[in-house]
Amino acid sequence: MHAVKRQMIMAITGALFLVSSTCFGAGIPDKVTIDSIQKYYSAVDFNHAAHINTLKDCGLCHHHTTGAQVNDPNCVRCHKNSGAQAVVSCKGCHAAEPFTPEALKRQRDQVPPIYHMDKVGLKGAYHLGCLGCHKKMGGPTGCQDCHKRNVSGDAIFHSNTYTPKSTNEPKQSHH
Amino acid sequence: MIDRRDFLKGCVACSVTAASISVAGKNAFAAGSFEGYPDAMGVLVDLTRCVGCRSCEAACNNEQKLPEPDLPFDDQSVFMEQRRTTPKAYTVVNKYEVADKNTLFRKMQCNHCNEPACLTSCFVNAYTKTKEGAVIYNSKVCVGCRNCMIACPFNIPAYSYSSPTNPLVKKCIFCYDTRLKNGRPPACVEICPQQVMTFGHRSDLIEMGHERIKSNPAKYVNKLYGEKEVGGTSWMYLSSVDFDKIGLDNHMQNEPIISNVKDFLGMVPMVLSIWPALFTGIHLLATKNKGEHGDHDHKEGDQQ
Repeated sequence: MHAVKRQMIMAITGALFLVSSTCFGAGIPDKVTIDSIQKYYSAVDFNHAAHINTLKDCGLCHHHTTGAQVNDPNCVRCHKNSGAQAVVSCKGCHAAEPFTPEALKRQRDQVPPIYHMDKVGLKGAYHLGCLGCHKKMGGPTGCQDCHKRNVSGDAIFHSNTYTPKSTNEPKQSHH
Repeated sequence: MIDRRDFLKGCVACSVTAASISVAGKNAFAAGSFEGYPDAMGVLVDLTRCVGCRSCEAACNNEQKLPEPDLPFDDQSVFMEQRRTTPKAYTVVNKYEVADKNTLFRKMQCNHCNEPACLTSCFVNAYTKTKEGAVIYNSKVCVGCRNCMIACPFNIPAYSYSSPTNPLVKKCIFCYDTRLKNGRPPACVEICPQQVMTFGHRSDLIEMGHERIKSNPAKYVNKLYGEKEVGGTSWMYLSSVDFDKIGLDNHMQNEPIISNVKDFLGMVPMVLSIWPALFTGIHLLATKNKGEHGDHDHKEGDQQ
């Protein structure tokens, strides 16, 4: 009895997950709030629509997952005809904590074992993607151009209200 | 009675025997070298990704509870000069002007050698290479001799000269106490926005590094720095320019530093055990029948 109940619950959950992910894939958001990592900086209000208008090519950020043409010779080997995927968001594939023992084990055990071995974490994916392109396209590249640093960020950087008082003292040289 | 010819023969025979023993001993001591612990962790540093934000320096300062810095960590003026590690900063980022108006940043910290020269040089055994790959040290037994500072091929250990009462050697410990021993990456790796640093098993990182070079040969120089240098290091580097241009010695020996002295140090106990017996033998041979000679010498002395 319990087993049947559990199976039903799992089936319903699975169906809901499929429906929701497909619906999300169909709608392209105009704005995305990137807020999954907010330890030292506030969330990024990302203007998705403006980026679409400027770039016109989804594949520049989303690889092949939106069904865009695959150009990277490494990716073409397997993903030439992969088509659009159910998951397109960065955080759908890039792990927020890529270096935990579990994540390292997952990376080691994945099948096939070679091609996605070197997948960057979520923070790396955001910055390498955004900042890399901003440098090429002349977009803003300062840390606080995209996300304001919060109080704990100021504390760890010893900046703003946490600026060292001894700043004007002569520097010590060490050998 | 022994004459001059017999004495010389005896000496030659003894020397030949000693020499052959020492050759055999040398081979025995030179054999075998430590390749690193099989499950040791490491960090692959991709210098092409670094943007010089100094977040790693800030995270290190926070994690290791180091004193307040002289300048805030978002102050870019520090790049005007080439800095090195200090007792207040176990990691520093330096800026290098390379060809084509291109700049490259390099983070500097302990590379956690497989066979650390600092460990070898320390006569109070303060240093330990842990099975996780970190080179840690026990500051309680450090006597401040600074041999490790001279031995380190990367100039990493720093010395708290400014402490009048208890000056100590200080360096990066791979966040061993607070993170690595629990399987977590060091603070600098975790905070880096650009994922310049990839934390993982050293054996996986070597494969990963070569794969990156292979899939993008135009971007990288064909070398994984630290894979072989001084017997291999836990921290390894990829670069878009020659490593000489960013302050890393490109002609570092592939053998661990200890190999330079292993042969000699291996001979020391042998010298201590063989030489006393050898020279006692020579002495006994030379002074055999000393009584007669003694009389003779005495007479000669009298005549003079």
